[in-house]
Amino acid sequence: MAGATSDLKLLGVGPSPYVNRVQIALNLKSVNYEFLEEKLGSKSELLLKSNPVHKKIPALIHGDKPVCESLIIVQYIDEVWTSGPSILPSDTYDRALHRFWAAYIDDKFFPNVKELRTADGEEAKEAAVERIAEGMALLEDALAKCGKGKPFFGGDNIGYVDIAFGSHLGWLKAAEKLAGVTLFNKAKTPRLVAWADAFSSHEAVKDVIPETEKLVELAKMLKARAQSQSAN
Amino acid sequence: MFGMRLRIALAEKGIEYEYREEDLRNKSELLLKMNPVHKKIPVLIHNDKPVCESIIAVQYIDEVWNKKAPFLPSDPYQRAQARFWADYIDKKMYDAGRRVWSSKGDELEAAKKDFLEVLKVLEAELGDKPYFGGETFGFVDLAFIPFYCWFYAYESCGNFSVEAECPKLIAWANRCMEKENVAKSLADKQKVYEFVLQLRKVFGID
Repeated sequence: MAGATSDLKLLGVGPSPYVNRVQIALNLKSVNYEFLEEKLGSKSELLLKSNPVHKKIPALIHGDKPVCESLIIVQYIDEVWTSGPSILPSDTYDRALHRFWAAYIDDKFFPNVKELRTADGEEAKEAAVERIAEGMALLEDALAKCGKGKPFFGGDNIGYVDIAFGSHLGWLKAAEKLAGVTLFNKAKTPRLVAWADAFSSHEAVKDVIPETEKLVELAKMLKARAQSQSAN
Repeated sequence: MFGMRLRIALAEKGIEYEYREEDLRNKSELLLKMNPVHKKIPVLIHNDKPVCESIIAVQYIDEVWNKKAPFLPSDPYQRAQARFWADYIDKKMYDAGRRVWSSKGDELEAAKKDFLEVLKVLEAELGDKPYFGGETFGFVDLAFIPFYCWFYAYESCGNFSVEAECPKLIAWANRCMEKENVAKSLADKQKVYEFVLQLRKVFGID
């Protein structure tokens, strides 16, 4: 079991999927930590000191040593707390496969979802939905291959890709509401639909990802704020 | 440069492999089959199974052939730091360098400024260590050194000298180039420059 709570601090904000990744990983390992909420729109001294290069959350501070970049933090957690369930698979090739899909989600899949949120006009929206659908088809396939027929990318339990992808579920559902589209199609991607339910209700996840309604409200507020700032 | 990372990694581990040159304007069946998602090189094929994305493949090589020349340190915190800096290089170097060789005028001046800022951050991280990995050539050195053979092209297009701005980095690069596995894996800087000049013609920059 980890040391005192003061030994481990997580700098972040509740609605960030990247922060959620770290929270889920720590929950999986049953590790206590102190959550230091950053104020939206401003960066604390501690954050700037812990992540001078990118100045971004999440930053995990273990003892007095900072670890940055969400997927790197998740791997760090997996390597330090070895008595808990493994996040990355033990087989070397499977590890490479998981890292590949996590990178795909960050580099290709989620930028498309962001585009949907900010798309102007029907054509742009439809193009974004099309690209997301292509990505979902790839991930449906990846789930079968990585999970080898089991409910999660990690098999029987949630693993690296589950965390990388699942952390975005809140915002995915919010994007569906905001754009008035369906991204999770039971006919086209049945495995992913089942997976999304199983992931969201998992012990380590259910109290972490904010409710869709809250994220929808937040998105509207951020959009309004951005529009008023550009008008001034 | 991403393929070069793998060539250095495989050489360091003393692994024999078959190298297949791709024509990126006419991608082979094998490449499209092995990397259907990104359709990019490099792809490492081990026992018929593909490993894509250079940093992922380097970690794979390190984990499979783990008896000699480890790239990543064994301490989890040091490993996280090494991954962070390899990630930083991936996020910043390629685009910053590309903007230098593919722009002119005011855009070029801005590109040079950004490029040198990235290099200075890396130089600060290197500090007085002989390698990013400390006493020995490691993960971050491997991730970064292939860009060195492109410096001549960047400098010629942008009319500046990396050594004048970041002497410690050039000293580090020279140190890496003393390793036979690195020197033989990097492309020839003159050939890279000629390739860039061709690209500039194609994109109508010159």
